[in-house]
Amino acid sequence: MLKKTPLYEQHIKLGAKMVPFAGWEMPVSYKSIIEEHNAVRSAAGIFDIGHMGLIKIEGEDSLTLIQKTTTNDASKLKWFEGQYSIMCNESGGAIDDVFVYCLPAFHLIICNASNADKVLSWLKKQAKAFKQAGVGVYENYSLLAVQGTEAEKVVSKALNVSLAELKHNHCLCWRDIIISRTGYTGEDGFELVVAKTEIEKIWQAFIKEGVQPCGLGARDTLRLEAGYPLYGHEYDDDTTPLEAGYGWAVKLDKNDFIGKAGLVKEKQTGLKKKLVGVEPEGRMIPRAGDVVFDEQGKKSIGKITSGTFSPTLKIPIALAYLETNQAKEGDSLQIGIRGKKAAAKVVAKAFYKR
Amino acid sequence: MTDQLPNNVKYSKDHEWAKVEGKTATVGISFFAQDQLGDIVYVELPAVGKELKAGEEFGVVESVKSVSSLLAPVSGKVVAINEELNNTAQLVNQDPYGKGWIIKIEMSAPDEANALLSDEDYKSLLETK
Repeated sequence: MLKKTPLYEQHIKLGAKMVPFAGWEMPVSYKSIIEEHNAVRSAAGIFDIGHMGLIKIEGEDSLTLIQKTTTNDASKLKWFEGQYSIMCNESGGAIDDVFVYCLPAFHLIICNASNADKVLSWLKKQAKAFKQAGVGVYENYSLLAVQGTEAEKVVSKALNVSLAELKHNHCLCWRDIIISRTGYTGEDGFELVVAKTEIEKIWQAFIKEGVQPCGLGARDTLRLEAGYPLYGHEYDDDTTPLEAGYGWAVKLDKNDFIGKAGLVKEKQTGLKKKLVGVEPEGRMIPRAGDVVFDEQGKKSIGKITSGTFSPTLKIPIALAYLETNQAKEGDSLQIGIRGKKAAAKVVAKAFYKR
Repeated sequence: MTDQLPNNVKYSKDHEWAKVEGKTATVGISFFAQDQLGDIVYVELPAVGKELKAGEEFGVVESVKSVSSLLAPVSGKVVAINEELNNTAQLVNQDPYGKGWIIKIEMSAPDEANALLSDEDYKSLLETK
């Protein structure tokens, strides 16, 4: 039985095409992925992200627990600040990539839908070592995102709140809503933690303002243009944040954390694989799982993890893990796509920058 | 979705349609197929002159989300391709039975067309989806 977010009825009313995703029944698109994508790049779009995991950590030891289980340094966070971080297993592989908020009464962790149960039980297990660290689902709340060049304008207007001063990765509490200046689209935007009982009303306020509802399809093309990783594609239990290119979110100089030894060792011995952007010539679109070959098309040097058509650049784009010595920007390679070979080049992961 | 089924074409179980005029069959994909794929961004077309057997792959259609093989509903020689699709693949979304046609086949075994589905049969097939 698939789970439904509190906005399910709204999606049906808007005629969304619903698909199963990580155990949830979610909208993949409302009219056209490309139109939804372009709405974010040129105006604003609203996304139901109520499938993502919301975990509350409270008690005196909450910071210590987070420091032990994540790679970034959460001790640097002041109230109403957040940071991207990775939760690693003992060998440094990613359990999940998460966002950590420091709020006055507790810490809030937002994790991937596909990993919500895994992250929750991992945190509960680790919390046993501490006296005062309560871990639980933040269950009365759900999430939505408003993203786009006009996001500040539309959120300010719809909620009658001033957001001009709110910095990237910071949040504020307004009435019972946490408004965070974060996102997953490569555009300015906000993520809103809203009470489940209120979220339909908030959603409708944005729809009434003419904000384009966007599904998982556009969410994927937007994040891929921005070069952001998606767990299950660019991350898994055997892939480290260093390989994914998130060394900046790994603070090896902080106190011991789970996975640190593995990451230190990896740094010393060198990365086995590296995540890169890949831009094929021609119009065939590489898809996850396609094999990447060297320039001569002879030797396999890696694998495509995500690929799509970029609505902004109007070309195929992809992310791939390659052997580190073959992963320099500008390097030529070939991709095996449906039995054919397409010439391609290694490029920066951020295909689109605002 | 099933109310957009023209009755002057025949359908394959793989969601291609064929409009038979004399020995020539114009081939495209159904409204259902393009709707399932979503935004179509690229159609790989065969070379004119290529000989096809019924059921053989003659190209692919790529949407933002996925890729799907195009299968010949009848056997014969490709006598025309819709070159408009090279620049505007979205014609397949906008007008799947008209401007979004994909190839024309000169049929080598015109009887094969009789084995294709009528609009009523295709409708029943879609209702089982």
